[in-house]
Amino acid sequence: MASLQKPLPDMNSNSTMVTVPPVSLWRRAVDQIMTGVSVLTVILVLTPLVWIFGYLVYRGIGSINLAFFTQIPKPVGEVGGGMANAIVGSAVILTIASLLGVPLGIGAGIYLAEYGRNRYGDIVRFVSDVMNGVPSIVIGIVAYWLVVVRQKHFSALAGGVALAIMMVPTIARTTEQMLLLVPQAIREAAYGLGVSRWRTTLSITLRAATSGVITGCMLAFARIAGETAPLLFTTLGNQFWNWKLDQPTAALPLQIYEYAKSPFDEWHRLAWGGALVLIALIVGAVSAVRFVVRRGTLAGA
Amino acid sequence: MTPLLQGKVSELPDRMFAWAMRLCGLAVVALLGLIVLELVQGSHLSWHAFGWKFFAHSDWDPVEESFGALAFIYGTIVSSIIALVIAVPLSVGVAVFITEMAPVWLKGVLSFTTDLLAAIPSVIYGLWAIFMLVPLLRNYIQPVLAATLGWTGLFSGPPYGIGMLAAGIILAIMVIPIISSITREVLSVVPQHQREGVLALGATRWEMIRMGVLRNARAGIVGGIILGLGRALGETMAVTMVIGNTPQIEKSLFAPADTMASVLANQFSEATGDLYLSALIEIGLALFLVTIVVNALARLMVWSVTRGQPSKAVA
Repeated sequence: MASLQKPLPDMNSNSTMVTVPPVSLWRRAVDQIMTGVSVLTVILVLTPLVWIFGYLVYRGIGSINLAFFTQIPKPVGEVGGGMANAIVGSAVILTIASLLGVPLGIGAGIYLAEYGRNRYGDIVRFVSDVMNGVPSIVIGIVAYWLVVVRQKHFSALAGGVALAIMMVPTIARTTEQMLLLVPQAIREAAYGLGVSRWRTTLSITLRAATSGVITGCMLAFARIAGETAPLLFTTLGNQFWNWKLDQPTAALPLQIYEYAKSPFDEWHRLAWGGALVLIALIVGAVSAVRFVVRRGTLAGA
Repeated sequence: MTPLLQGKVSELPDRMFAWAMRLCGLAVVALLGLIVLELVQGSHLSWHAFGWKFFAHSDWDPVEESFGALAFIYGTIVSSIIALVIAVPLSVGVAVFITEMAPVWLKGVLSFTTDLLAAIPSVIYGLWAIFMLVPLLRNYIQPVLAATLGWTGLFSGPPYGIGMLAAGIILAIMVIPIISSITREVLSVVPQHQREGVLALGATRWEMIRMGVLRNARAGIVGGIILGLGRALGETMAVTMVIGNTPQIEKSLFAPADTMASVLANQFSEATGDLYLSALIEIGLALFLVTIVVNALARLMVWSVTRGQPSKAVA
């Protein structure tokens, strides 16, 4: 507690001409100590963050080269190789998830903001908040039972379904909040011109809130991009190229997990490279969102 | 662009649109229903074979087809408790510093960086834990703990590095951003005049924070902690990578263990036999029910404090 070493003003001195009774030394000391403690907590929380990022960049930069983005993994014992198939696989799975999750989430958000200001809306609101907390591994089981068991094999599609289920509640709630920020007067102006309600919602309200809705989608995307647990027994992973949606597919987070568990240095190297690419993707998305939010969510209105 | 006004307004598209949107809203509820249905269906075989006994013993033997979930439940609970013990003081401290003490420019920077902790994927925490945290624990922290606190029995046995303690610490790092961002939100809705009133009575800044702010925000902070607990209970990847995956109940926190989520991650895709798979799904169902209850509780508590306030974006 460096702050304590600073000499405190002498409270008992008779020469001070204060009319308010002075704060006792003990209370001042406690105040200083608690300030110090709370600064200490900030330092303790920031330490792992800096450590993780620093070490990630340090280990990751060294393993990223052209081969990393163009080649598939080499067999054990051979140096080199890359994670091209995992990067493409992740892109495919995330595209499936977004195609399924984004429209459904935005639709649910429109319902909550425009039609759901009642008891039924409250139920949907509560359910989506609660669904946000369902462990991702449980979502994986559901997608397994729903898609893998019926199709009889692991597939990119099953992984996409699992991730889409995770996207919907987040997108629904942010879309709702963004639509509610659009002033009621704008809707009334449209009605006054004789525009029907559905047209107003789509062409006026939703358009005014576009940047906010995109923010919500990006946040949901950033959240699912790094998800590993729901992919473990839906897409399963693959050491080779696969272009079919109904076959096991490699995914970046899965590959990182497999390689991190392995005893081979060369695979550890690839895991760190993959982790760096993944985190760059996610931090990029989150920072872009921050930037848009700071410029005002209603920039388009 | 086509003009908006063309012909007379018909009611039919309006109704169709309204119903389409209602359908989307309904789909969210249906998804939850689907999750419950699938889990109940999938676990039905194991439920019939073991009943309540499934949760009362810790025998996990796929060869003999004898399954009990107690060791996994124990692992989940203990690792979450360790996480909360470490994370709660730290996250409340950070939230208090950001809302009550930090200068304005630092507020933005600190909220952004703590939120960044939440954006790191679980698997990267696990990767870092395997290569940095586990060696650190094995070589430096565990020997010291064993020497000073070994007599409690909590810190005894060989220091492997991997085990319950490592899982608890990595979970703590992962729940800190959740608890601290909720606490921040709750503290910021405490009315300003409350602070001014306490200060005017001659309180120091810490006394103001303790009596004027923290006391008012209690329910919301507890809600945030429970929300963090919900996350810790269901966290999978990072825990699986460092806990050692051994279903046993040991007093020492140095010992490897296993949690409900990590047994699913490890064994689900390799489960042979219907009863084995069904037992795993029953663990999933139990995990789901616990997290649903915990989350619903937390939401209600946070809502009770921030009610009437526009809730902030998830970021």
